[in-house]
Amino acid sequence: MDGFMLQLLGLQLFTGVALGAIYVLMAVGLSLIFGMLTVVNFAHGAFFMVGAYVGYLLYQYVPNFWICLVAVPVLTGLIGIVVERYLVRPLYGRGIDYPLLLTFGLGYVMVEVIRIIFGKQGLPVSTPDALQGAVDVFVGPFPLYRLFVIGVAVVVLLILWLFIERTSFGLIIRAGARDPMIVRVLGVDISRVWLVVFAIGTGIAGLAGYLSAPMQGIAPEMGTNVLIVAFVVTVVGGMGSLTGAIVAGLLIGIVESLAAFMYPEASKVSMFIIMALVLLVRPMGLFGRAGLMS
Amino acid sequence: MKTINKWTYVLCLASVFGMSGALAQSDPIRIGLPVPLTGPYGAEAKDQVRNAEIAVKEFNEAGGLEGRMAELLVRDDKLNPGEAATRALDLIEKDHANFIVGGLSASTQLSTNNITKQRKVIYISISQSDAINEAADMSRYTFHEALNPHMTTQALGRHLFKEGMRIAFLTADYAYGHEMARGFTTVAEEVGAKIVGEVRHPLGTSDYSVFLPRLAALKPDILVFNNFGRDNQISIQQAGQFGLKANTKFVTPVLLYTARQAAGDKVYEGVTGATSYYWELQNQYDTAKALNERYKKEYGSYPSDYGALAYGAVKSLLMAVKQAGTTDTEKVVDALASLKYDTYKGPEYYRGCDHQAVQSVLIIESKTAPADNPDDVFKIVKEVAPTEDILRSCEKLGFK
Repeated sequence: MDGFMLQLLGLQLFTGVALGAIYVLMAVGLSLIFGMLTVVNFAHGAFFMVGAYVGYLLYQYVPNFWICLVAVPVLTGLIGIVVERYLVRPLYGRGIDYPLLLTFGLGYVMVEVIRIIFGKQGLPVSTPDALQGAVDVFVGPFPLYRLFVIGVAVVVLLILWLFIERTSFGLIIRAGARDPMIVRVLGVDISRVWLVVFAIGTGIAGLAGYLSAPMQGIAPEMGTNVLIVAFVVTVVGGMGSLTGAIVAGLLIGIVESLAAFMYPEASKVSMFIIMALVLLVRPMGLFGRAGLMS
Repeated sequence: MKTINKWTYVLCLASVFGMSGALAQSDPIRIGLPVPLTGPYGAEAKDQVRNAEIAVKEFNEAGGLEGRMAELLVRDDKLNPGEAATRALDLIEKDHANFIVGGLSASTQLSTNNITKQRKVIYISISQSDAINEAADMSRYTFHEALNPHMTTQALGRHLFKEGMRIAFLTADYAYGHEMARGFTTVAEEVGAKIVGEVRHPLGTSDYSVFLPRLAALKPDILVFNNFGRDNQISIQQAGQFGLKANTKFVTPVLLYTARQAAGDKVYEGVTGATSYYWELQNQYDTAKALNERYKKEYGSYPSDYGALAYGAVKSLLMAVKQAGTTDTEKVVDALASLKYDTYKGPEYYRGCDHQAVQSVLIIESKTAPADNPDDVFKIVKEVAPTEDILRSCEKLGFK
């Protein structure tokens, strides 16, 4: 393999890591909500899409990328709060399939509402001026905006990790995930904790949608692919494991990119091959703990 | 008692028959229009509906077929061949559509055509396909108003490809992409350019990043995007973001007005492609001017290329209906096949063997729109006059 091929392989690897980081950002909200609430949120892709549209709409009034960057996850999280409080909460304790069916339908409703308001066809979103252009990343040119998205993903994951592992509220969240009954007996209002977790999960989904917009534009169906990716990442990483989501997201991004390098036709299928293999060898996923689904 | 009953019965029956007869007289001419309103080609599909509506309105305003009005039945085929077949069947069986116009992908139009062929219903396809011209798919009832990949790539390739050039493809992995790639490969061989590589992607891909390093490494002089609609827009945008434009010319067989408008100046800057229609044709043809003015009055902007195809198809169909003086399928087929028409872009006719509309192909280049006219997004580089030269011969298509 000559230097040129090595350089190409390097760039392909880097592209894979970048894609993986975006996948992690897409998946982590789903994984979080499942791990803590055992709610399989089928509306995850719809929240992703709504985040992109909220950003688009907000930008019409506040044309500042950075303000929107902060406001979008907050606003999407608020929608998540309403959904949790009035739709999901009445279904706790009724078995895992009730919230699953609810969010499945809710996803369709959200997509249709967006279609009614914004139309069926997609809308373009331009990259903010400060983040335009490509920079040299040693192995070749790479879009600055994608580097920025990786940065945001790292920051979000870091904050999330600190919040869950290092704060007392995080301690309650973790305890609630293990044994909600005991937590309740100890006098903690667990429903408030779940509300917050649902808001964080949907907020991150919205943020991911907002960040995806300059790369692919926005369209009512943009969440469909994301839901699939998020599920594959969550299943491969292990349901409810934050570390698992990160490892699986990066793994899938890298494999997809290397597949595109060797045999492009296989690149989009590669993630499902990984999922099948992982399910055969470790049905609970790479970092999953058994029994969450039961 | 019994006889009265019998007579009432006969009377009732007669009146019912009479009424249905009267109803049939004022029965509208129903034109089914299945297009993919949902999905990555939604913007183009929506404009096809608008344009088809104008053609129907113009027909009705001119008095219809001796007072019989035309009516458009719009259906969403969701860009899915199965759905397209179901919609076509429903249109024919349940809605009693007289004719079908539509289809916005190579695969949906073939499945629609399968149905219309069986049921002997006229179908005018308004999106690109080579297969629909071939003897295996074509039928007496099949007409193709859009350009086909072969003529598009012939016109564009002869203009752009030079001897010794390196050409790479990013191709949507379905009939449209494959046919475009095949067409370009033929021209490249003719002029002595080299195809250095092809990367295929699934329809509806939203992230092309993993394909781009490989394409850049091929160091092509020309990178051809053999994809369509939002796929085209996103892939060209992302290839630009990855810096590929610096050393490579971007070419796309069908440079879409809708995608260009949606993406803005920057994404499509310097991209060259072909099209069936651009509103600037109004400087040459009165029919183009008439369509533009009507469209502007109704919707406040210009008709798009694919939109105008729907106008052209419905317009020529209704012209044939008027000429035949009936909606009888066999007579309308004969009228359409012998029509020499200029509906919106200068002279056209349907070739005898494959019912392909012989028409001009425009080669256009995207430019930055001037401040005073944001719709002035293309420069017409060349107008390839209507000629059967750039079509595959009837023998080659399998006609004897």
